[in-house]
Amino acid sequence: MAELKEIIISSDNIKTDEYLVNMGPQHPSTHGVLRLLVKLEGEIVHNVQPHVGYIHSGIEKMTESLSYTQIPHLTDRMDYLSAHMNNEAVVCVENALEVEVPERVKYIRTIMAELQRIASHQLWWCATGMDLGALTTFFYGLRDREDILDIFEETCGARLTLNYSLPGGVMFDIHPNFQNRVKTFIKKFKKILPEYDELLTGNVIFQERSKGIGVLSKEDAIAFGVTGPSGRASGFSCDVRKHQPYSAYPLVKFNEALGTEGDTFRRYQLRIAEMWESMSIIEQLIDNIPEGDYTAKMKGVIKLPEGEFFQRVETARGELGVYIVSDGKKNPYRVKFRSPGFSNLFAINHIAKGWKIADLVAIMATFDLVIPDIDR
Amino acid sequence: MKSFFNYISEILRGIWTLLVGMRVTAKYFFTPWRNVTQQYPENREKLVLADRFRGEVVMPHNENNEHACTGCGICELNCPNGSIEIISKSIVTEEGKKKRIIDQHIYHLGMCTFCNLCVKTCPSDAIVMAQTFEHAHWDRASLTKILNKPGSKIMDGVKE
Ligand code: SF4
Ligand code: SF4
Repeated sequence: MAELKEIIISSDNIKTDEYLVNMGPQHPSTHGVLRLLVKLEGEIVHNVQPHVGYIHSGIEKMTESLSYTQIPHLTDRMDYLSAHMNNEAVVCVENALEVEVPERVKYIRTIMAELQRIASHQLWWCATGMDLGALTTFFYGLRDREDILDIFEETCGARLTLNYSLPGGVMFDIHPNFQNRVKTFIKKFKKILPEYDELLTGNVIFQERSKGIGVLSKEDAIAFGVTGPSGRASGFSCDVRKHQPYSAYPLVKFNEALGTEGDTFRRYQLRIAEMWESMSIIEQLIDNIPEGDYTAKMKGVIKLPEGEFFQRVETARGELGVYIVSDGKKNPYRVKFRSPGFSNLFAINHIAKGWKIADLVAIMATFDLVIPDIDR
Repeated sequence: MKSFFNYISEILRGIWTLLVGMRVTAKYFFTPWRNVTQQYPENREKLVLADRFRGEVVMPHNENNEHACTGCGICELNCPNGSIEIISKSIVTEEGKKKRIIDQHIYHLGMCTFCNLCVKTCPSDAIVMAQTFEHAHWDRASLTKILNKPGSKIMDGVKE
């Protein structure tokens, strides 16, 4: 009896073991069907292995049988929160054809892209709050996003899958109310954005759960190809809008928000800062939209010259690269999308090691993953 | 002693930040006219959808049951996912000429991605987007629609 007692008390004899937990594919904080195989010891994360492909829809393969006018509507469905920026990748086709799009189109596209960026960051903000236990933010974020979606509905005819940019221009001219509504929205949102800070940024629970958690160094950000706000929070200057400006970005002045810490809190702050920047970009353009056509003259059947074409655009999550190989026919020979979500996802294993499983949720939230963007 | 004071001030600071956040929620709690919640489906009648909203492809007919579709099949060609099927037929006109006209314009609502390409490319503007949005059905077959009404014919003056 005495022996047995000794065995139970002495902790040296207690054998601990790692165990595996499936986070997802039906987990609320993965925001979609992403499965993470997490190796845990107690609550400590030892390894995170993402399993992707649950909603792989074969968009790249499908494009091979579609014409260049039909392809943009599929890109809506990759990163549905940056639908307009994905559509904007038709710049690649325009460059290949050496078509000069009217100035008006460039302005409209840039304004739309920035509105879309704000909408995307709003949804990210409310989802992040919810992941960390602040349900209130979810209602506030969605409430404000609604205003942008209404603007989209009026001009583009859809709220989420816009299909607004086509090779050569945009689908419709802007709605007569467009400028007024955007200006009203900016005025209103400038008052509301400080409320976001009051509600969540300053909150002690949120700060404790995000400051210093999941630090991604600049070198790692570059090594993993982490772009967008998540990369910039580590000091990796990777904004395509600055480095390879397209559409009307060469005409506007804006700061590329950069951080150095690279922790969860910095990634959070950076997106809030981007919303301010986006608003200033829209303000610079909205009153100066030049008159003109909303689309360049294009042939009925678009045929790209033989060759390889590449174009990068900055979506709300990072750099989207479109690579087209054409053999001169009306369908592309091969299309490859370099989606930001895919590269960002694989940095998570590196930075989540050693943190608690609850911190993994916080890290994932500030990487702003959209699963169809990863799987496409 | 110092660490004790730090401990207390941390707690007080924490409570303060919570109160700051609560001030925002309290503001909206006591000013209900700022709220944007709508009662759906009770407000169905009052809902206004943008006139460009893409809800469903329809073919407008005038009062004489005439439409503008020539049966050219361009919409079918431009549809990225085969949601449109054009079945045309041959008729002999009064002047004794052979002519192809539309028999059935079949539209699969269940497959449509509302991309607007068919409406944009139709040369005679025969189809438009309707602002409907409640598309749930019990039966999948009811999502396949024939857009030209029975007995309808083509309007005069449509260029073919
Ligand atoms: S709807 Fe328009 S595009 Fe389609 S067959 Fe009729 S006329 Fe041609
Ligand atoms: S809206 Fe697009 S998917 Fe739907 S029928 Fe027209 S072309 Fe096809």
